[in-house]
Amino acid sequence: MDVDKKDSIASDSSEQVVNPWEVAAKDGGKIDYDKLIDQFGCQRLDDSLIDRVQRLTSRQPHVFLRRGVFFAHRDFNEVLDAYERGDKFYLYTGRGPSSEALHLGHLIPFMFTKYLQEAFKVPLVIQLTDDEKCMWKNLSVEESQRLARENAKDIIACGFDVTKTFIFSDFDYVGGAFYKNMVKVAKCVTLNKAMGIFGFSGEDHIGKLSFPPVQACLSVPAVPSFPSSFPHLFPGKDKLRCLIPCAIDQDPYFRMTRDVAPRLGYSKPALIESSFFPALQASLHAFKLLSILFILFSQGENGKMSASDPNSAIYVTDTAKEIKNKINRYAFSGGQDSIEKHREIGANLEVDIPVKYLSFFLDDDTELEHIKKEYGEGRMLTGEVKKRLTEVLTEMVERHRMARAAVTDEMVDAFMAVRPLPSMFE
Amino acid sequence: MGFSKDQLLSQLQELEIDYSKYEHPPVLTVEEQAKYVSSSEGALSKNLFFKDKKHRYYIISAVVDTKVDIKVLSQRLGLGKGGIRMAPEEALAELLQVSLGCVTPFAVVNESARDVSLLLDQKFKNQTRFIFHPLSNDVSISLSTSGLDKFLQSIGRDPVYVDLEANANPVVGKDQPPDLAVYVPSNSVVVPELPNKTPSAQAPPKNVSAEKTKPVASPKPSKSTGNVKSVVQNSGLSVFKNPDKFVEEILDKTSALLLSEVKGENVEALAETLRKRLTSEFTHLAVMYKNIAYSEGFYAGTQCQPKRQTIIVKTE
Repeated sequence: MDVDKKDSIASDSSEQVVNPWEVAAKDGGKIDYDKLIDQFGCQRLDDSLIDRVQRLTSRQPHVFLRRGVFFAHRDFNEVLDAYERGDKFYLYTGRGPSSEALHLGHLIPFMFTKYLQEAFKVPLVIQLTDDEKCMWKNLSVEESQRLARENAKDIIACGFDVTKTFIFSDFDYVGGAFYKNMVKVAKCVTLNKAMGIFGFSGEDHIGKLSFPPVQACLSVPAVPSFPSSFPHLFPGKDKLRCLIPCAIDQDPYFRMTRDVAPRLGYSKPALIESSFFPALQASLHAFKLLSILFILFSQGENGKMSASDPNSAIYVTDTAKEIKNKINRYAFSGGQDSIEKHREIGANLEVDIPVKYLSFFLDDDTELEHIKKEYGEGRMLTGEVKKRLTEVLTEMVERHRMARAAVTDEMVDAFMAVRPLPSMFE
Repeated sequence: MGFSKDQLLSQLQELEIDYSKYEHPPVLTVEEQAKYVSSSEGALSKNLFFKDKKHRYYIISAVVDTKVDIKVLSQRLGLGKGGIRMAPEEALAELLQVSLGCVTPFAVVNESARDVSLLLDQKFKNQTRFIFHPLSNDVSISLSTSGLDKFLQSIGRDPVYVDLEANANPVVGKDQPPDLAVYVPSNSVVVPELPNKTPSAQAPPKNVSAEKTKPVASPKPSKSTGNVKSVVQNSGLSVFKNPDKFVEEILDKTSALLLSEVKGENVEALAETLRKRLTSEFTHLAVMYKNIAYSEGFYAGTQCQPKRQTIIVKTE
């Protein structure tokens, strides 16, 4: 049911649009994240918060924090307040397993969540919304379950600790305490609210709203935010706080969750939100969405940057040669047309994709600054920057591949078993 | 906030301690400092900030050309060969409340540095004056040993002078206790403090040497604060449970071996670089190893047959 998918052709839009179905910059330019923060009403993740994270975790903050990839939040400071007092929290993230092919953009939220787990020493629940993909993408139940398990392997390869992580698929786990919460949430959401979130109008036929998945979809982001949904993990800890790393376009769903939570006697989940990961050919106007937790309505996949266009992204299965090729041929460069002109004016760092990618994945702050300076002032050429990027990405993909190869079916079973996690806060 | 340089300098004046002040651009190393402050004003000092495995901290302040051998120091403190290493930057900020390149004996004026042991080079006593940063690396001051002693005594510390180059091949045993063991702080410090750390019994950390320890030379005010806790880690189990600690243990042993096999000041820097660059890689490997072990155990558990009952049959 693709009722809410709007084709994301936004080059002529006069206002930027960001919602779970569509992301488009104003006049085909860049997304104005400050405006977005204002529009959504969340808060900026400023340097003082990052310093605080550093002090609390006694380690360098993750590269995504330092470079402003995760740049907005709701109630993160309250989570930190509670943490300082000794009140822990748990993490919740997820994925809609619609394809086997994972690219780097898909890994970003998991890389960050892994850092959060390690740094704060807290447990994590990961939701695989196989049921929802089965319905929206018209996959068979078996196929969506299979994809969920395959995706779980890539997720595990990011380095989550099995003694602190519970991965579950909706088909396996929905029921019991989880389902009870789903119904509780559904009872709290009025028709008007649902229409607001889903963009229905009075003109749409009732079939759309009565279609069960819609209700489920409304509950889906909400329910794992409540610890009572996991009685085997958090027995008696109904007030345990939840922190959700996600992409900023998912904010509307969690606003709804935060609205419902106090009415059910639960703590509001806190959010820590990321910006979008650009496709290799950023010249196309819409930005590809970070495949965050659950893309409830398939979009990125069908937009201009689609997972079906292999040249728009680097996949975790790409060989070193393929990575090099893709970067060299498809990564949009901000360098000038001729070497002379480049040496004179320098590169346009605003639109240069290799530098943008390096800002995501090159850990060394000093080296990145150096590259930006030299490239921006024309002394370094695009070829060199692309070469460095290729090295960094190849190393990353190789490391992932090695870890992925070590993930057995038994390991997936272990991660997905409904079992207590006694060491979850150690 | 920690003591500022102005507060320190006015304190020195109040105590009628004579000093000369030199302002210059911020410097991070002794070599740079030497460009602005000539040795005619006094002996330049090098100031090192160390930490041991039990989270106890030490400032070693020495004349620039005194050889400070970390391995030897570690043994003399009774901590074994690889027992100490350079303290991380966070500790600098949290405990000494100074920035990089600014370690100085004066940092012990801060409450947060209460448990940090300060060891001064014996050779300072031979000089008329010596040079330190007064809590900020854009100023240097020169003053006499007696001036420094007076200051330390005013904040309740006994100045401790040690011959850093003596005993270059320490032999530590039952009859030869480590000669500097007495200067190991009796309290360890966790930086930064996290509530709910492993709640094992709080026993004061003992020195490694077999001998009983004499009371620590620098007296400390014994009030307890909410800020800095003494924690003894339940190290036995957590090293194997926790990938972070596991990797730290491996790198500790590797660094210790490296330092004992190869000499030179660059080696310490190399050991630190290795540690920095390898920690993340190794932790990733350790997590995978842990996951595999857990999964195999988990699988075995699902296949496990219930214990057979032994039935004793009485025979007539």
